[in-house]
Amino acid sequence: MNLTLKIWRQKDANTKGKIVDYPISDVSPDMSFLEMLDVLNEQLVAKGEEPVEFDHDCREGICGTCSLQINGEPHGPDRGVTTCQLHMRMFKDGDTIFIEPFRANAFPVVKDLIVDRSAFDRIQQAGGYISVNTSGNTIDANSIPVNKHDADKSFDAATCIGCGACVAACKNASAMLFTSAKVSQFALLPQGQVEATDRVMNMVRQMDLEGFGNCTNTGACEIECPKGISLENIARMNREYLKASVK
Amino acid sequence: MATLESRIPQGPLADKWTNHKNHINLVNPANKRNIDVIVVGTGLAGGSAAATLAELGYNVKTFCYQDSPRRAHSIAAQGGINAAKNYQGDGDSTYRLFYDTVKGGDYRAREANVYRLSEVSANIIDQCVAQGVPFAREYGGLLDNRSFGGVLVSRTFYAKGQTGQQLLLGAYAAMNRQINRGKIESFNRHEMLDIVIVDGKARGIIARNMVTGEIERHSAHAVVVASGGYGNVFFLSTNAMGSNVTASWKIHKKGAYFANPCFTQIHPTCIPVSGDHQSKLTLMSESLRNDGRIWVPRKKEDVIAIREGKLKPVDLAEEDRDYYLERRYPSFGNLVPRDVASRAAKERCDAGFGVNATGEAVFLDFSSAIMRYGREQAAIHGNHNPSDKEVRELGEKVVENKYGNLFQMYEKIVDENPYKTPMKIYPAVHYTMGGIWVDYNLMTTIEGCYAIGEANFSDHGANRLGASALMQGLADGYFVLPYTIGDYLSKDIRTGKIPTDTPEFDEAEKNVRNQIDALINNNGTNSVDHYHKKLGKIMWDKCGMARNEQGLKEALEEIKALREDFYKNVRVTGSAESKNSELEKALRVADFLELGELFAKDALHRNESCGGHFREEYQTEEGEALRDDENFKYVAAWEYKGDPREAVLHKEDLEYKNIELKTRSYK
Repeated sequence: MNLTLKIWRQKDANTKGKIVDYPISDVSPDMSFLEMLDVLNEQLVAKGEEPVEFDHDCREGICGTCSLQINGEPHGPDRGVTTCQLHMRMFKDGDTIFIEPFRANAFPVVKDLIVDRSAFDRIQQAGGYISVNTSGNTIDANSIPVNKHDADKSFDAATCIGCGACVAACKNASAMLFTSAKVSQFALLPQGQVEATDRVMNMVRQMDLEGFGNCTNTGACEIECPKGISLENIARMNREYLKASVK
Repeated sequence: MATLESRIPQGPLADKWTNHKNHINLVNPANKRNIDVIVVGTGLAGGSAAATLAELGYNVKTFCYQDSPRRAHSIAAQGGINAAKNYQGDGDSTYRLFYDTVKGGDYRAREANVYRLSEVSANIIDQCVAQGVPFAREYGGLLDNRSFGGVLVSRTFYAKGQTGQQLLLGAYAAMNRQINRGKIESFNRHEMLDIVIVDGKARGIIARNMVTGEIERHSAHAVVVASGGYGNVFFLSTNAMGSNVTASWKIHKKGAYFANPCFTQIHPTCIPVSGDHQSKLTLMSESLRNDGRIWVPRKKEDVIAIREGKLKPVDLAEEDRDYYLERRYPSFGNLVPRDVASRAAKERCDAGFGVNATGEAVFLDFSSAIMRYGREQAAIHGNHNPSDKEVRELGEKVVENKYGNLFQMYEKIVDENPYKTPMKIYPAVHYTMGGIWVDYNLMTTIEGCYAIGEANFSDHGANRLGASALMQGLADGYFVLPYTIGDYLSKDIRTGKIPTDTPEFDEAEKNVRNQIDALINNNGTNSVDHYHKKLGKIMWDKCGMARNEQGLKEALEEIKALREDFYKNVRVTGSAESKNSELEKALRVADFLELGELFAKDALHRNESCGGHFREEYQTEEGEALRDDENFKYVAAWEYKGDPREAVLHKEDLEYKNIELKTRSYK
């Protein structure tokens, strides 16, 4: 396949960026999208030009590092996958593809297609954990049975990979889907109950401090989420928040 | 020269760890506040160690090259974590887990370490559940288990095919709690480029801020390296793209011995290589072998018909299929250990029975399981006369519940539906059992420098059984290092802050700057990947699933020549003062080019076949690995001497007092 890539190039957070055109040929439909970028970068290096910087690591859809906005969609046109699992068979010969970084005030650009998502870490640090000492002196794991339905729902929320597609997809750049997935994981388990009030209040406060927008129930986050994290989590977080607020 | 003192405590095996803990020195809580510890790497081992050390009261600094500790490659582990809980009542015990692990490791692991690992394994599950790790559960609300290769009990705890993710997020959450308390300072997008040694003790590191290019000095009373394995020396592996050997290699160059580098695990169930463009390989969890049956056609003409697309694998009659693992190993069948399953696949493919275009793939088939589960479900739902279609649908639901995400991942990559047609799989480089040599306290041959998790030469021996890597990472981080490091640090309570304006820091920083400047200003013609791919090809062809003397000798020469060419002709674009992934890769590949040579040297000297190390000259008539306990029952620990080929061998003899050494048989 022959393609035209229109890629966002930006030296750093303080420099203005722009779209640069790169033609690329001999792209195999079996390549992943990132392997196609590897080929482009190899060609740029051969010409002595600086390759395009993009974030990626595990390349099997689980680490959450890759973060491209492809033709206006986070992780591109395929559903339920990260950019590293997107394959070129989703495109046609002759296509023009726009490749940009995830857009949000709370995600400043580091360079080219790389953004800084450390705001997500800070939301977690505000309370996304259960305060238990790592001593090994905890009670036997089977002494608190957990309803399978709840355990599965908690697991589904916990599968969030923290990639930020929800924020990039949202017209308000809201981090509600991410934060609510983290709140839900613990809200559904008996172990998380004791500090539930503080957890949701602190995490929501941090989310607002980081400059993420509010949720207007548009639902784009759920559609673009590579892990199918459900809007149900946002409803659960709102209930948890309300409960905590009236306490 | 450092000496190899394993410091295994005296006394009966089952009491060693308890006795040791009772007698090592402790640090008063008020003094812990004056002690700094650096942890390099934030995966299962590093993340759990950092959280626990901070909780104990030490001041911890963590370093990772990712943008967040949550992205460490432990997150990609799929299948599960072992623990001797015996919840299933199938006869499991600490001793059995210990026995299976030592046997699975082909008797090249340290007995005392493995026993300790088995002993603390049950605590790990309790700990993780308390942290809110959502493991799979039965309808009664209790934890579910499954079985893995190399064992006859169900001792593996899991969270669908995302166990590593959930365990890592547990450790990351524990870290976050300590970051919030101000006890951990987390340096992300930072890479350790050297260790600083003062008066023979590890006292700090030189790190590069990967965003600004700034070279930073960080001091501490001890340094813990938890930077994972070196599988990416093969270029194609199941490791994350950024996984590298640099932290381990830098401490090796400063005095830490590197042990058993040739013990590398080849995982049997990976998605096969499809073309030259491929950047990495993807693993399909070994848990699939619980329900999948592995086969190739019996007849060559069927192989050819399948390759050409004229025959669909589902249409091949049962009697024309060769379920070669079930045939060769009746008692373990498809659940033989990874090294055995990998070699058996290679043997069939080498004999011309590979089922894809490149001839390097075998089938992993779920049709029997789908029908079996389907019939069971139909019966449970009161349908005692179901149609085949109904059975299949019900069965697919069960399989989806167990392995849904893995099947989806396969379909996205290969573009084939594994519910309808068997998966194609082939072995790929996965985990490295070799690594930095450590004593029982997990200290390297550099005083005050520790190595944990996959970065150390570990408790696994020459091979690693499924679901034991997650166990080792968390055991080291949560339950072993936090005790043993205290013994060392108890001598440091009066030392005070370690200054960074000393000649030792000056020199280490200067060396790092020189290396970076040399690479950036090299003005060569070849990209970094050009060298990495070439190195990978040498490694796979000559140090891969099977090795021989001649190939290894060639590899030694070829890697040396490639390394020399690298320094002459590599081109690194961009500047050192900004985000520059080419420079990052160049620094890592430079170290892989040295490690690769030591790997070949180690494989050449070990004149036996053992676990993940298969020397073609040493095999039984049936093609099984032929171990030589008389001459090679030791850990090979290499001392750096300025060039990998000059490395000096030190042997740590392994003693088996509690397990009788036997020929490993899974028949």
